[in-house]
Amino acid sequence: MMLRLQNMDEPALALARQAAPAVFAPQRLQTLLRTLAWFAFLALTLYCLWLFEMSPRRFVSGLGTLLHIVAQMFPPTAGDMLATYLMSMLQTVGMAFIGTVLAAVLALPLGLLGAKNMLPNGLAHFLFRRGSDVLRGVDQLIWALIFVRAVGLGPLAGILAIIISDTGTLAKLYSEAIENIDRKPVEGVRSVGGGPLQAIRYGVLPQVLPVMLSNMLYTFESNTRSATILGIVGAGGIGFYLSDRVRTMNWEDASFILLLILLTVYLIDRFSGFVRSRLIRG
Amino acid sequence: MNTVVIKFEQQFAALQAQKQRQTWWYGGLFAVALLLSAWVGEFSPFKIWHGLPRIHEYVFKTLPVLGWVTLWADLADWFWGLRKWLGLLLETVLIAYLSTLLGSVGALVLAFDASTNLQRSGWGYGLTRRAMELARTIPELVFALIFVFAFGLGPMAGVLAIAIHTMGGSGKLFAEAVENIDMKPVDGLRATGASWLQTLRFAVLPQVLPNFISFTLWRFEINVRSASVLGFVGAGGIGQEFYTAIRMLYYEDISAMLLLLVATVMLIDIVCERLRHRAIDKESLS
Repeated sequence: MMLRLQNMDEPALALARQAAPAVFAPQRLQTLLRTLAWFAFLALTLYCLWLFEMSPRRFVSGLGTLLHIVAQMFPPTAGDMLATYLMSMLQTVGMAFIGTVLAAVLALPLGLLGAKNMLPNGLAHFLFRRGSDVLRGVDQLIWALIFVRAVGLGPLAGILAIIISDTGTLAKLYSEAIENIDRKPVEGVRSVGGGPLQAIRYGVLPQVLPVMLSNMLYTFESNTRSATILGIVGAGGIGFYLSDRVRTMNWEDASFILLLILLTVYLIDRFSGFVRSRLIRG
Repeated sequence: MNTVVIKFEQQFAALQAQKQRQTWWYGGLFAVALLLSAWVGEFSPFKIWHGLPRIHEYVFKTLPVLGWVTLWADLADWFWGLRKWLGLLLETVLIAYLSTLLGSVGALVLAFDASTNLQRSGWGYGLTRRAMELARTIPELVFALIFVFAFGLGPMAGVLAIAIHTMGGSGKLFAEAVENIDMKPVDGLRATGASWLQTLRFAVLPQVLPNFISFTLWRFEINVRSASVLGFVGAGGIGQEFYTAIRMLYYEDISAMLLLLVATVMLIDIVCERLRHRAIDKESLS
């Protein structure tokens, strides 16, 4: 039965009504639900604003203070601390690098074990996924604070925090990459008598290595950003000076450090973009 | 032997040698970078070796003593602050909610000017792009640190800090989604004399809304994690309580709060994943 709009007369309309009653039914329930959802959304937002005491007056007066602070940030100066700041920034990048490399090294066997096609065991898969969820669910800074308590102040705590939080992320990404490989090279290696380790080395790794390196570069970029704040809890890096300069309202130095961070992040992004483009070209 | 084979062998050997040189060269660079990092990061395997027993000891201390007979009492003892902690967790989630909402609205406002295919003016494009870069490069905790001075202690500073960061991060993703749209509806609306806003509303938004919703839900998951540490600098949420517990060595509180936090984050991840799939499914249906 074909119904067309241009020759739709009363009987045809009645026919259509009979054929598809739901289309013609007044959508009262849906409208009601939608209105309710919008009201709930609005009420929740207003409740939050009220709960956090975010009045327009407070916002405006805070904005005034903020402008005052920003005005005091110029000109950015390092005073006689330039060498210290630069060294501290370098330490931040170093922490991010070594943390990422070690996390990647730890994540490789975990990723292999967590991939369904490498270890077809439901329980192991489940444990792996939930374990990496736990590691990822807790912010890096919480790990850093815990490690500061466990191994003392300094960059070691920061490096450990990076390792812990990124092993979970990388292992998950690696296992997903491994699950998406082509089975044929693996079968080829096995069919000529290669063992499981050889199958991984010659059948799996060549396929996933570019993906893994690319993921590692992304993690390195994001760690450079997040390592800049690890120092706030005393886990090494530039964050210590940044939080100290802000807390003592030394805004000129604080803005210098901020600019230093922006520049470093920019350079790291450019560098990793360059390496990634080379990797993709092969 | 055949000259062709000889030539092939020679070239193969040359290629292999080149490849090997490259491997050594890059491997060496990598090793140097690693050593340099270890040096500036004051890192050595020796240190880790010494730290491991202390970490082990620390983790052991955070575990509560649970007896079979007194299980309920022990659990109640372990989670003695459950009410307070759940309240703070709720505050954390609400901070994440409000900041995601504000940040996404900001991103929505900026995204169209920051996309190459819809930009209204060159300087508007440059300005929005730079503003978004600045907003997402500075860590939210640094914003929070500064905002605590401007807006006072409490969740307001945290909400604004995460909102600004979200605006930068989501703005970039939104702009990329806008750049990938089909331009025909836009051309159609422009041909009928529609204003810029009308074009956005009827030609662009329907195409990108599922993507936007998906990004925003994903961002909310991230922001819940970020909001959990805002309290370290006095910007609200459960972070303050964490900070005290870890600093004051209330070992069992740490594990109890970590468990609650992980459970909350997982729950939110699962719910958001469902919603995300629904948002994307709707698009594929229509």
